[in-house]
Amino acid sequence: MNLKLKALTKSLWVFHAACSPCNNCDIEILDVLTPRYDVERFGIVLVGSIRHADVLLVTGVPNYKTKERLKKIYSQAPQPCLVVAVGGCACGRVMFKDSYNSPCAVDEIVPVSAYIPGCPPKPEAIIAGVVKLIKKVRG
Amino acid sequence: MRLLFNYLIFPGFLFSACIGLMAGWIDRKVTARIQWRVGPPWYQNFVDIIKLLGKETIVPETAKLTFLFAPFLGLLSLVLATTILGKAFILPSESFLGDLIVILYLLIIPAIAIIVGAFSSRNPLASIGASREMKLVLAYELPFILSIIVVLIKCQGAIQIGSILNHQINFGPNLASVSGMVAFIVAILCMQAKLGLVPFDASEAEQEIMAGALIEYSGLPLAIFRLSKAVLLYTTPLLLITLFWAKDLSPFSLVGKYITLLVIIILIKNTNPRLRIDQAVKFFWGPVTFLALAAVVLAVFGL
Repeated sequence: MNLKLKALTKSLWVFHAACSPCNNCDIEILDVLTPRYDVERFGIVLVGSIRHADVLLVTGVPNYKTKERLKKIYSQAPQPCLVVAVGGCACGRVMFKDSYNSPCAVDEIVPVSAYIPGCPPKPEAIIAGVVKLIKKVRG
Repeated sequence: MRLLFNYLIFPGFLFSACIGLMAGWIDRKVTARIQWRVGPPWYQNFVDIIKLLGKETIVPETAKLTFLFAPFLGLLSLVLATTILGKAFILPSESFLGDLIVILYLLIIPAIAIIVGAFSSRNPLASIGASREMKLVLAYELPFILSIIVVLIKCQGAIQIGSILNHQINFGPNLASVSGMVAFIVAILCMQAKLGLVPFDASEAEQEIMAGALIEYSGLPLAIFRLSKAVLLYTTPLLLITLFWAKDLSPFSLVGKYITLLVIIILIKNTNPRLRIDQAVKFFWGPVTFLALAAVVLAVFGL
């Protein structure tokens, strides 16, 4: 395993893209950053710009508008950029599968590296998902 | 050869970057403890830099040259200032006349580099960040230079770091007088703005204009900007110690003074909300400049 990937897994900077979610997953993501779970211990911080990000965190079911924007955001990210789908909606669209304004799932727009299911996923589940992501990157 | 060694390794780049990154870790750790968190491990900032070096660099279509040149300009001139300061500390007799003025000029260049880089990226948010940075530089330079004039008056007009150090070693630190104390407080506030830390971080307001001036930077140039932030976190407190608080120059007391200043900065950072840019300019041109002028008058009367 090379130094580049090792450094990447030790300092994941996260950009949070909310693709029309109901905001429950977003609240749980904020919980992960608060004192109780504190993922800055592992070097994970939220950044404001996609150009600084290593991880693109997607919540919600993309609709016709956010679909284009998600594609654009992913193409603006510097490689290597990992995508994590948080919540049942982002993983598989659950009950919005046949909805008139839901053209496709997140993984049909961008390549998803890790799925974290749950409605919303607990902070523990999100941390477990990140651990799986890191293990996958390290190979 | 010796100059290159000085510039690249000992008082210069490598040493100051390592100290600055460690200081950045102290900042993150103390912030985390204040917020009742655990905080990152000590090597976190080094890992961040290595990771950024391995990432793809995206360059906007316009003004490629200035976009890529700006971070290097900032880091190179900052390291030059650090080297001059460090050399003056090790061998006070070898410093040249007017090196204080050179250092003051070189310390403005990182801010100019951020402004140039942000404007050449052609991002609207970066432009907002750059214009705020510009106003902030205009705001804090006046009281900062006034507070340094206090030091010059106290040291009988010696514009040379070596003789300022000698004067303080012989006659006690500048901090020990009323005017010195006031000027020191002014200088700490200006240092906070120079470092772009929280009450005065409107140019990089993360929640408001995303990453502000640095929004389009990724990979290597972003790593260079973060390195120059780290070096600045080493240089400016050291400059303040040199000017105001240099009675005892043993390494142990230097480290103690440096960490004291660092903790003051971090506490200011963690207990204040962000100021709007107009509030920051009013703050620096109003009460802070008044304090600095009062300090100058007091110093002229020998207090």
